[in-house]
Order: sequence, then structure tokens, then C-alpha cells
Amino acid sequence: MKQELRVRHLSEKTQNNAGGTAPDAAAVIRAEHLGLTFPAGDGDIVALNDVNLTIEKGEFVSFIGPSGCGKTTFLRAIADLERPTSGTLTINGMSPEAARKSRAYGYVFQASALYPWRTIEKNVALPLEIMGHSAADQAERVKRTLELVNLSGFEKKYPWQLSGGMQQRASIARALSFDADLLLMDEPFGALDEIVRDHLNSELLKLWARTEKTICFVTHSIPEAVYLSTKIVVMSPRPGRVTDVIVSTLPKERPLDIRETPEFLEIAARVRDGLRAGHSYDEEHV
Amino acid sequence: MKNQLSYFQIYLALVGAGVALIGLGFSVPTLGAAPILATFFALATASLIRFVSPFSLWLDGALAVFGAIALIVSLPAAGQMPLHHWLALISAWAFAWLFVERLSAAIRAGKLPETGTGLIIPIIFGLSLLVMWEVVTRGANVPMVLLPPPSAIGARLMAETSILWADFVQTFIKSVLPGYAIGCLAGLLVAIAVDRSPFLKAGLLPIGNFMSALPIIGIAPIMVMWFGFDWQSKAAVVVAMTFFPMLVNTVAGLNAASTIERDLMRTYAADYWQTLMKLRLPAAAPFIFNALKINSTLALIGAIVAEFFGTPVVGMGFRISTGVGRLAIDLVWAEIAVAAIAGSAFYGVIALIERGVTFWHPSVRGGRA
Repeated sequence: MKQELRVRHLSEKTQNNAGGTAPDAAAVIRAEHLGLTFPAGDGDIVALNDVNLTIEKGEFVSFIGPSGCGKTTFLRAIADLERPTSGTLTINGMSPEAARKSRAYGYVFQASALYPWRTIEKNVALPLEIMGHSAADQAERVKRTLELVNLSGFEKKYPWQLSGGMQQRASIARALSFDADLLLMDEPFGALDEIVRDHLNSELLKLWARTEKTICFVTHSIPEAVYLSTKIVVMSPRPGRVTDVIVSTLPKERPLDIRETPEFLEIAARVRDGLRAGHSYDEEHV
Repeated sequence: MKNQLSYFQIYLALVGAGVALIGLGFSVPTLGAAPILATFFALATASLIRFVSPFSLWLDGALAVFGAIALIVSLPAAGQMPLHHWLALISAWAFAWLFVERLSAAIRAGKLPETGTGLIIPIIFGLSLLVMWEVVTRGANVPMVLLPPPSAIGARLMAETSILWADFVQTFIKSVLPGYAIGCLAGLLVAIAVDRSPFLKAGLLPIGNFMSALPIIGIAPIMVMWFGFDWQSKAAVVVAMTFFPMLVNTVAGLNAASTIERDLMRTYAADYWQTLMKLRLPAAAPFIFNALKINSTLALIGAIVAEFFGTPVVGMGFRISTGVGRLAIDLVWAEIAVAAIAGSAFYGVIALIERGVTFWHPSVRGGRA
């Protein structure tokens, strides 16, 4: 009983937060009472429970939470890599499957997933080949997106000849090459060291400003989430649910040292509080 | 450059020189009969000077080669060879071993480049085996029927080139190559079909398994009845032998692409054939080449054995089976030599193509995954 009450309370709070800024027309992603359960031998695993969220065009939304909170599952549901078991989910007003088939998004995975038998330029051209772009168009787009991620000059290299950071940049170029308006990123910098990560974060912000794409970004780093996002979705595990949605008050132009400002620290503190609230629930019941 | 010898190398050097010294003593009465052998003994004994002033490992190599040549040149035409020949054999062998030891130590220490010099070691090893084979079979008067010396096999190889060539064409070009191509291609295609359909997986995999369990000596005569005496029945045996390894390996290989690599294809809304051609087959290439390599040797064995069960009067298997009956053992060995060379070359060609195609695989580029 207590558990249900709490969940309802939190999701109401979520709706209020999301509802405050959401004119429906511009919604890229709408989730209503979304639930996703994985069948397992000893009782089902509830990965997502009653998630309500609206993401508008041009937003940079981070999903943060401990492992098992369903943030990756939610991203995969948007990408039609997992099927929700209840509620509704629309992308640009379409079902996830229709959105995937219309190539509505680019997906960046935790690992670069570059094919080792293809050079960097061939890897970036892979979605273009599948989508049937002409050879000239492919070459032009590969050149442009590799410039965008600062990888010009590495066209003929193989993935395993590049550093981890460069591989992940190439995988971002691959997701950008076919110009989808929505970019889904699942902890893309999780395996990289702090310095490379800072660098790629500021590059990603610049890229977002230039391309005006909608970005959904999964992370478990508070500074990364606060630094990048216009909206931070805090999630909590068992069952996976949204516990807070924080709209960032930081300006769009963000130098790296914005992370020292009181405003930044205040948002970070709120995110931390949200994460702690999710954990205290665990401690009560385990 | 200082040449530090390990204890084992010192031991080998002492054996080589010590045995040579004894040999020198034995050959004093017959010095005139085999002057070149006596020269070897003298030089080998003189090598003891290394403990005063060390010399290059190449001198050890030269000494071993000289010893081998001296031995073969001075082998008596008939009868048992005298004791000092055996001593020379032991001494030359010790020097060859010492040379290879020092060479590999130098390569390991980075004093010599691996490419090129690394090739010398297996060559020396193979030559030592041949020399010992030659000297032991001739020196100990081993009957030809048991084991002919390599020189006799070589002579037969040269004398019977036209027969051997005809056999090679019949067995390798006509039976092995078409059978190999059909069997591997069929295995590959069936694997793709099996992978796509759970129904075929349940039906075809057990049949493939069953086929591979059939003994070749059982199916060979049946194939002869079905396809006649000529190469077609042998090719059919080869098809049956090569099909299953390719099937199993390709089925495993098609699952080699990681989940994340497949998810990527899904996010592009790629269809089945695009995913197959651009992801799953390239990812399966190392597995497919494994099967191609296994099959390259299996195919030759299959064709040769199949020729034991009815064949026109040509073919490597036919020649071996009749050669044994006629006690023409040197011809049998010549056929075996041709089969070994052809099989190794076939395998080598496949392995070379593999290096070119799967250059990206960690096992080929020698990197991490």
C-alpha cells in the first residue's frame, strides 16, 4: 500500500513538472502511463512502471539514476528495441515501430559498435548504404559529419586503430549521418576517462547548438547530466520509475567552468536529492 | 658482441665436439677411406675453441650442414655403415640443435629480425629429419619394404612424374576441388537457411549430424554404385565429408555478431538481407574460414580413401593401394609426398586468403578485441 501511494505521489509530481512547459504540438516524445515488464522465471521484473513524460523538439533531456532504474530500457523503448507492456508511447505522433521504420532517430550505444571490417568512413556510411543514398550523397554526408565530430583525416583508419574516445565520436558521426531529428544516446561516454569525457561533453553541446536536434541522453553522472541538459529526468529502481523532472535554468551557452557556479551546484544538489529519495525507498523495504 | 651460452647450449656444444673427438680416434685407421668425414670430425673437435674465444652461431650452422653433407657423401654403397658414421650423425645433429637453440635465443633477445631468420628454424628441423631418415635407413640397411630412404623416394618422384601428375589431376583437380567447392557452398547455404528457419534447424541439423557420423568406408562404395567408377563418386564422398563442418561452423558464425551490432542494424530498419550481407556474414567469416581450412585436409583424405573402393586405373588412392600390393613402396611414398605437398599447399592458400579477408579479427591483427 505504502509503496503504491508513494509511486502515485511521485508520478503526479512528475506530470506537474512536465506539464508546466509542454505545449502538446511540439512534443517529440510522449509517454503516458508507460509500463514495461520483462518476464523472468521467478516473478516478472518490472523495468518501467507508470512513466509519464513529454519531450519537446530541440530539448536536451538527460535520464539519470542508479543501475536498474530503467533509464536504458526507456531509451530502448523509444527506439523500438523493447516493446512496452502497458501505456502509450509516441514518437512524432507515431508508434515506436513506425518511427523506427521511418528512420526517425539516430542511436548511440554504450560501446561504439563500429564494425571492425569497415574503415571509419565506411562505418559512417553504413546507415546511408542501408537507406539507399547515392554514392555521391554518401561521400558528401560522411565528409560533413566527420568534420562535425572532428575526425577528418581518419577516414581510412579502422576502428581498432583509434582510441576509445575517437571510436565513440565516430559512432556519433554514424548516428548523425542520415540527419534524423532525434538523437538517442545511451551512456555514450560511460567507458571513457574524465578528461576525454569533459572534452566530448562540450563538443556535444556545440553540436547540439549547431544542429538543433532533440537529444535523449542516458547517464549516471550528476555533473554530466546537469552540464548537458535542458531537462533532467531522475529515475529510481525496483520498479523503474521517474521520481523527479528538473528543468535546468542554466543558459544555453555553457563553458566547462559553469560547473563551479552556485546555480549549477544548486541543480546538482536537487538531482542528488532526487536520487537519494529513490534510494531511501529501498532501505525502508529491504 | 658477446655470445653468452646457456647451460643447455654448453651441454650441446660439449656433446657435439666430444663425440667428434671419439669419432676422430675411430677414423684414424681409415682416414683415407673417408677424408671428408675425418675433416668434419677435426673441425667439430676444433669447435671446442669456443670456450676460449666465442664464435658466431652461423659457424655452428655451417658445421652442422657440413657434417650432414659429409655423412651423406661418405655413406657406404652397401652393407652396415661403420661406427664412426653413427658418431658423425650424433655430432652433426648436436650442432644442428645447438645452432637452432642459439638462433631462436638471438631472435628472442631481439638481436636478429624474426621475419626471414624465423623461417630457418623449421627448415633446419625438416632437413635434419630427412638427413637422419636417409642415414639411418641406408646405414642400418632397413629393407625398402619397411621404409625407403628419402633419396629413393625422390628418385621415384622424378622418374614417375607423368604417372604422379595423372594421379594428381584425377584425385586433386577432378575429385577434391569440385567436391570441396560443392560441399562447402552447400554447407554455407544450408547454414543460412537453417539459421533463418527454426523448422529447418530442427530438421536439417540432425541430418547433417547424421551424415558426418557415417563412416567414409561405408559411403564410398555406395557412392561408387550411385555415381560410377570415375571421379564423380569421389567428389560425392568429398561433398559428404566437407558439408557438415561447414554447416556447423557457419551456424555458429552467424550468431557471432554481438547484440549491440544487431540492435544497430535494427535502429536503421535494415531488412534481413542487408543485416546478413553487411553484418552477420562478415562477422561469421572467421568461422567460415575455420571450416574451409578443416575441409581442405579432410577433402584430400576423403578422395584418396574413396579411391580404394573401385576406380579407373588412375588416381592417388588407386596408386597407393596397388603400390602396396606390388611392394612398390617407394612409389607409395612418392604418392604420399605428393599428397602431403598438395594438402599443405591447399591449406596454405586458404590460410593466406583468410589473412586477407579477416584482417580485422583480433587473432589476425594480433591486437585486443
